[in-house]
Amino acid sequence: MDQLPLFPVEASAQAGQVDALYFFLVAVSAFFAVLIAVLLIVFAVKFRRRREDEVGEAIHGSIALEMAWTLIPLGIAMFMFVWGAQVFFHLTRPPRGAMEVYVVGKQWMWKLQHMDGAREINELHVPVGRPVKLIMGSEDVIHSFFLPAFRVKADVVPGRYNTLWFTATKPGRYHIFCTQYCGTKHSAMIGWVTVMEPADYQAWLSGGSSGISIADNGAKLFQDLGCASCHQEVQQGRGPTLRGGYGHDVKLNDGQTVAFNDDYIRESIVNPQAKIVAGFQPIMPTFQGLVSEDQLLQLVAYVKSLGGAAPGGGIPIPPSLMPKAPNGREPGGVSGETGTGRGAQPAPKSPGN
Amino acid sequence: MDTITTTTGLNYLNNGYGLKSWLLTKDHKRIALLYLWSVTAFFALGGFFALLIRLELLTPAADLVQPETYNKLFTMHGVIMVFFFLIPSIPATLGNFLIPIMVGAKDLAFPRINLLSWYIYILGGLFTIVAAATGGIDTGWTFYVPYSTAASNSHVILAGLGVFITGFSSILTGLNFVVTVHRMRAPGLTWFRLPLFVWSHYATSLIMILGTPVIAITVLLVAVERGLHLGIFDPALGGDPILFQHLFWFYSHPAVYIMILPAMGVISEIVQAFARKNVFGYAFVAFSSLAIAIIGFLVWGHHLFVSGESTYAGLIFSILSFLVAIPSAVKVFNWTATIYKGSVSFESPMLYVFGFIGLFTIGGLTGLFLATMGLDVHVHDTYFVIAHFHYVMVGGAIMGYLGGIHYWWPKITGRMYPEGLAKFAALCVFVGFNLTFFPQFIVGYLGMPRRYAMYPEEFQVYNVLSTAGASVLGVGYLIPIIYLIWSLKNSPLAGPNPWGAKGLEWEIPSPPPTENFAVTPVVTQGTHQYAPSREVGIAH
Repeated sequence: MDQLPLFPVEASAQAGQVDALYFFLVAVSAFFAVLIAVLLIVFAVKFRRRREDEVGEAIHGSIALEMAWTLIPLGIAMFMFVWGAQVFFHLTRPPRGAMEVYVVGKQWMWKLQHMDGAREINELHVPVGRPVKLIMGSEDVIHSFFLPAFRVKADVVPGRYNTLWFTATKPGRYHIFCTQYCGTKHSAMIGWVTVMEPADYQAWLSGGSSGISIADNGAKLFQDLGCASCHQEVQQGRGPTLRGGYGHDVKLNDGQTVAFNDDYIRESIVNPQAKIVAGFQPIMPTFQGLVSEDQLLQLVAYVKSLGGAAPGGGIPIPPSLMPKAPNGREPGGVSGETGTGRGAQPAPKSPGN
Repeated sequence: MDTITTTTGLNYLNNGYGLKSWLLTKDHKRIALLYLWSVTAFFALGGFFALLIRLELLTPAADLVQPETYNKLFTMHGVIMVFFFLIPSIPATLGNFLIPIMVGAKDLAFPRINLLSWYIYILGGLFTIVAAATGGIDTGWTFYVPYSTAASNSHVILAGLGVFITGFSSILTGLNFVVTVHRMRAPGLTWFRLPLFVWSHYATSLIMILGTPVIAITVLLVAVERGLHLGIFDPALGGDPILFQHLFWFYSHPAVYIMILPAMGVISEIVQAFARKNVFGYAFVAFSSLAIAIIGFLVWGHHLFVSGESTYAGLIFSILSFLVAIPSAVKVFNWTATIYKGSVSFESPMLYVFGFIGLFTIGGLTGLFLATMGLDVHVHDTYFVIAHFHYVMVGGAIMGYLGGIHYWWPKITGRMYPEGLAKFAALCVFVGFNLTFFPQFIVGYLGMPRRYAMYPEEFQVYNVLSTAGASVLGVGYLIPIIYLIWSLKNSPLAGPNPWGAKGLEWEIPSPPPTENFAVTPVVTQGTHQYAPSREVGIAH
C-alpha cells in the first residue's frame, strides 16, 4: 500500500472533517453507480432480443417512479450541501488568536514572513497544535496556496488578501503546491511545510529571526514614507489617526461604512481615493508601485499593531512602538479568549539578536 | 409508418460533384459533412497534443518537453478540444444532418447562414492554428487574468480572436435550430411528438444563443487589456481579476451543457432503437434538458469557491450546483427504465449507450464532490477535477458522439460499417478511458495539482496507469476512423432502415435525397412507438 496510497496523510485538525465528507460522497456515489450498472446489466440480459421481429412493451412511464428518483436524490443532495457548507465555514473562519504568517506569491516562489521577522522562501515552519493563519497576497498573477495534507487551499490574488488557516496535528514535512496555473515554472512553485513540536519550533524561531519584527519594519516604513506626518498618534493630522481603529467599522465620506481590516488598509495605501474616512479630504497620494507587496504587508502589520477592537491575530506588539497606555491589554485579552497558550509566544523573540 | 421512397436514385451525395458543389452548398446534409471532416481534423490535432501530454507525464521530471512547451501543449489541447471539437461536435454534424429531417423539413430555416457558420468556424480555427503554429499559447484554455493580459509571452490575442470568431458560428447554428424547430415542423408534429434528440438540441441552442456572446466579449476584453493596457481585469491597472472569472465561467460552465446535452439526445434516440421501445418518461427526459439549460446558467460561481468569492455567494452557487445535478440523474434513471421490458440488442451504438450511462453517471456523481464547498477546497484545481470533467466530456460527450456516428452512419453514407471491428473499438474506448481517467481521481485526492509539467515521485504510479490507458484509448479512436473511411466504398449497402428503428429519418432512403422528403410527411403519433400504446400514468 505504500506504493499505491489512496488517501493523503491527515495532518491537520480539519483533515478528518474533509475526509469524512469525502467518504460519505464516495459511498453515495458507489451506491448509485453500482445500482445503475447492475440494473443495466440485469435488464439487458433479461430482456435481450430473442426473436428478430420482437418489440418492447409500450410502457410510457410512471409518475410515482419519477417523483421517487427526483426527490430521493434531491434530499441526499441537500444533505451534502448543508454538510459541505458547514465544513466550508469551519475551513474558512480562522479562530481569533491564530498565529499569523504573511505570504507573498510571485512567479515562481513563495515568500513567507513570520510576525517576529523570520523570513522563509518556499518553506514554512509551524508548531503542532496551534492555529496558524496565512494572510496572502500576490506580486504578479494569481497563485493558489495548497496544503494537501491539511486539506486547505486558497487562491492568492493580486490586489487583495485572501486567508487560509489550519491547525497542524502531526509533526513532519508536507507539500506546499501552487494550484493556480501561473506560467512557465508553475509546477516548480512548490515547497514544504515543516510541522514541529512547540519546543523545536521555539528553537527554530530563535535561530532564524532577525530580531526585527514585521511590525517593526512596518513602523520604520511608516516613518520613511512620511505616513506619520498626516496619520498621527492623536486625531489632529490631515489624515485620520490609525490608533485603535483596526477591527472597527469606519464611517466614510459618502455615508457608507467599511470594515477596518487588512484589505482596507491595503486599498487605502495603493488606492487612497477609493474610500475616504468621513471628515477628511481626498488628498492622500497613491503609493502604488512605490511599495512592494512585502512592504505592504509590513505596513498592514504595523497598522494592526496599533490596536483595535478585535485584533485579527493578536500580534505581539513591540513595546518600543507602543508608548501609550492602553496597548498592554491587547495580547492578554486575546490569549484569554482562545486559551491556546499564546502567553509563551513573545518570549523567545528577544534572544534573537 | 409510410415509407416514402424516391425512385430517381439521386441523393444528396451524388447530386453534384466537384469542390464547388461542396464549398457552396446550402444543403444541411452536405454542411454537416463539411463539419464532420473539420471537427475530426481538430479532434485529431487535440488528441495529438493529449498524447504528448500523457507521454511527458510518464515520468516525474520534465524530460520529453520543457515546462514551457508542456504549458502550450495543455493549452492547445484544451482550446482545440473545447472550442473546436466538443462544442460543435454533435450539434454541427449530427444536429445539422438530422434536425431538419426529424422535423420533416427540407432544410434548416436559414441554409445560407448555416453555410456561413461553417466558414466562420473555419476562420476561427485558422486563427487558432496560426497561433499554435507560430509559437503557441500558454495561458490554459481558461485565459485567466492577469496572467493572460500582463504576464504571458505567447499568442494570446490571436488565439483569443479564434475563440471570439468561432463563437459566432455557434450562435448562428443555435439560432438556425431554434427557428427551425419553432417554424418548420411537419403537420401533426407537435412539440410532444418531437424526438428527444430535437429537444436536447433545442435546449443546447438556447445556451449557445444566450451564453456565447458573453465569452466573446470576455476574450475581447482580454485582448483590449493586453493590447491597449486598458485596466479591466489587472489590479495593477485598477481592474478586478475575479470579474474575469465570473464572466468566463458565466459562459464556460453552461458550455459544458452545450457539450453534454446533444450527447444525451443521441443516447435517448439510440436506447429506444436498440431496446425497440419508446423512452420511459418522455416528458421528464424532454423537460430535464430545458431544466439543465436554465439552471446551468446559475451555477458558474462554483468555480470560484477558493478565489475569495463571498461565502454567501458561494452558498447560493453550491445549492444551485446540486440542483442542476437532479435533471441529469432523472435522465439516467429514465434511460435505465427504458431498457426494462425492451427487446435489447447489442450492436455497437448500443454498446456506446451502456458506456455512456456508466461513465456519465460517475462523471455526474463526482460533480457533486465539487459542488460540496468543504470538499471542493481540497480537490479544486487538482487531478480530481481533470478526471471529473473528462468523465463528462470524454466519457459522456465523445461516447455519445461515437455512438451517434455509428447509429446514423448508414443513413449518412448509405453503407454499413464492420460491426465486429466497431464492437472491438467500443471496448477499447471503454477500457482505455477508465484506465486513463479513474487513477486521476485518486491522484487528485492525494493532492496532485493540474497543469504540472513536473510532479513529485509519489504520484508516478497513477500517471503511468493513465498513460497506459491513454494509449489504449488512442487505438480505440483510431480504429473507427480507419474502418469508417474504408466502409464508404467497401461495406454493404444499408437500405433505408437497417436497425428497424422508428423516426422520420428512417423512413427516407439512405443516403437521403437532397430535398429529404418527396412529399412533406404528416405525423400522427409520437416517435418510437414500437408497440401499441398501453397507458401507464403519463399522458403526452
